[in-house]
Amino acid sequence: MKRTRSSMAVLASCLAGAWVFTAIAATTKSTGGTHGDFGPPQGEPIHAVLTSPPMVPPPVHRNHPAKVIVELEVREIEKEISEGVSYTFWTFGGTVPGNFIRVRQGDTVEFHLKNHPDNKMPHNIDLHGVTGPGGGAASSFTAPGHESQFTFKALNQGIYVYHCATAPVGMHVANGMYGLMLVEPPEGMKPVDHEYYVMQGDFYTVGKYREHGHQDFDMQKAIDEKPTYVLFNGSEGALVGDNALKAKVGETVRLFVGNGGPNLVSSFHVIGAIFDRVRYEGGVHEQENVQTTLIPSGGAAIVEFHLAVPGSYVLVDHSIFRAFNKGALAILKATGPENKAIYSGKEVDSVYLGDKAASPAPVTEARAAEASGTLTKEQQIKAGEARFTGTCSVCHQGNGQGLPNVFPPLAGSDFLMADKKRAIGIVLNGLNGKITVNGNGFDSVMPPMSQLNDDELANILTFVRNSWGNSGDAVSADEVKELRGSTKRPEGAAH
Amino acid sequence: MKPRWIDRGAALALMCCAATAVADNPYLPVEGNPHFQSALQGVKPAAVTVRGFQLQRHPVTNGEFLSFVKAYPEWRRDVVPPLFAGADYLGQWLAPAELGATAQPQQPVTRISWFAAEAYCEAEGARLPTWYEWELAAAASRTERDARADPAWRQALLDWYARPAGKDLRPVEQSATDVYGLFDLHDLVWEWVQDANSLMSSDEAQKFCGSGALSLQQKENFAVLMRVAMLSSLKPNDTTRSLGFRCAKDLPATGQ
Ligand code: HEC
Ligand SMILES: [Cu+2]
Repeated sequence: MKRTRSSMAVLASCLAGAWVFTAIAATTKSTGGTHGDFGPPQGEPIHAVLTSPPMVPPPVHRNHPAKVIVELEVREIEKEISEGVSYTFWTFGGTVPGNFIRVRQGDTVEFHLKNHPDNKMPHNIDLHGVTGPGGGAASSFTAPGHESQFTFKALNQGIYVYHCATAPVGMHVANGMYGLMLVEPPEGMKPVDHEYYVMQGDFYTVGKYREHGHQDFDMQKAIDEKPTYVLFNGSEGALVGDNALKAKVGETVRLFVGNGGPNLVSSFHVIGAIFDRVRYEGGVHEQENVQTTLIPSGGAAIVEFHLAVPGSYVLVDHSIFRAFNKGALAILKATGPENKAIYSGKEVDSVYLGDKAASPAPVTEARAAEASGTLTKEQQIKAGEARFTGTCSVCHQGNGQGLPNVFPPLAGSDFLMADKKRAIGIVLNGLNGKITVNGNGFDSVMPPMSQLNDDELANILTFVRNSWGNSGDAVSADEVKELRGSTKRPEGAAH
Repeated sequence: MKPRWIDRGAALALMCCAATAVADNPYLPVEGNPHFQSALQGVKPAAVTVRGFQLQRHPVTNGEFLSFVKAYPEWRRDVVPPLFAGADYLGQWLAPAELGATAQPQQPVTRISWFAAEAYCEAEGARLPTWYEWELAAAASRTERDARADPAWRQALLDWYARPAGKDLRPVEQSATDVYGLFDLHDLVWEWVQDANSLMSSDEAQKFCGSGALSLQQKENFAVLMRVAMLSSLKPNDTTRSLGFRCAKDLPATGQ
């Protein structure tokens, strides 16, 4: 009974688009030592150490080719994509991106792909570092509760993306099915103080950015290439706050940076650092003194830089709306002595990040109180203050005074206090045209702030209506919700 | 070459007798369509004629399958040859002929091989539906025979497919029926079809991909793609925790 499983798998994949045919030509390469078959594996088989992001397995330290056994398990799991927002991720090893695989050029890799029995979908894997049709996709097509095995020789050194290539491929990738495999050169890599694993991906949810609750995959947004989230390591909180990457002044950091896509190309940049070396496109050539490096969807790069002064270095996709409005932001915290000769030393995250750098305690507290129905006006004011900073303060200033002739004051504003419903409408829908605040005329434009949640807006408004001498009643999330529901917004605007 | 699970004959030889009657899973008529637009144009013909047929109202349940196993003990999990049903076959049952606490009688039966599903249907004097029959029925919503162009309906399907299968399956017939009066075609379990294996042959696959002609209609109907992927990942003796089945029959002859 001969079955045509593999051809069907390939077909199923190719039906959905071009992803599957990513085999790498095994023929000649111009750069010496990059393509190598160093003979049969020697010694006992080795079980590969796999790590979850942002950690990277230790260097190989071996002078001969070996047989390396890799066991990767696919899990479909529900996890937080943003604070208070859950999403069903499809993962290689339980995380997005999947487990990091590290082998040596010339190694023979025996690959086991396990599809957990609780999973609903068949899955497979296309390793860009594999020489052979489909990169393993056809040989690894696996039903839930089953396991596949195939073997390949890692002929080319470099950093390679792997991803699921099961139809509909775009959806499997959009749900987080990608990761990196490093094929070390035979002589190993130059030692550095820290190696980290960071991978960008774009996500498409039915609800808007940061809308609470469980969010499902939105097929239409994916087809339109309009992501709700653009993230490093699969969650807004993955690499900020306590989870930030860490290093010390004087140290050198090596980042393996991949881009899983499915759609966007990344303009990868670290605010406040210049990359000393970039192995762009994951190849063997090095560029020096790079500010921003382009990482294609389905591609990766190795970047290295040293840390001269302490502070928070912010990793972003420099297509910058993605960083500030879709979550493409991570932090590397460098500790150590200041060096004023190089940099005067001002903290970067408060300026740049505003509310993006992990939720402050009062916000978390207010959210819990709201959930249990015990939210007080005082809690709202505190949470609102935390969100006001970095959102409204950019224009209306931290003290609510605004700027004469440009940004009207919120402190003591008769306009603000006269009509609560109008105030809610202003933050939801923006405002333009002539207005008079405390006797002074303004004729400018405020953009809609509708990307904020109902409870965030309620807290902010409660805060501004009860600060700097203002005093009014609380604004509830329901009031915001009601107004939001009854306003029509143009296609494409956040809603 | 069009491989088929020819061994099916051998599997059926395991059984003997005439149909056993099942009272509460009736066969409901599904209107035929002389020009059913398949979502798999290029793999199968663009428009096919699907004759009217009958389909069971809900996926076969644990309780129903238990009666079958009692009548045909050769399909007990402890005696069935691995060639016909893999190691996890009926693994949710307490014992080979006992459901126990982990499998409710009204839950759809899963961990079922294609052979076992086909044998069950044969025992009823029925058969598994074909891919086209199943797709024709599954194109219906509560209000329309063909809802495939409705984005909200498609999104609802996708949401189900996107959730893991780990949670307990709910009993059958708890959601709304479609226009035919059928339950649970979409939001409960995957279902076997008779020709799961012959959805595409390798020759066609080559031609299809090689020419680069992306002729999948309704490209955005991802749910169909997922069904193709799922069924094509399976061998006929494979089982999974979210794959069940229901049976079909031709319409009774009307004398033409
Ligand atoms: C990009 C700059 C900007 C941001 C950010 C901004 N505003 Fe405004 N805001 C303005 C401008 C400009 C006006 C006046 C518009 C006009 O002249 O019609 C205004 C007007 C207002 C008014 C009415 C006038 C007054 O002073 O009472 C309120 C209330 C207000 N903003 C609240 C907020 C709140 C709350 C936030 C944060 C959620 C916010 N704004 C964020 C620029 C901004
Ligand atoms: Cu997958």
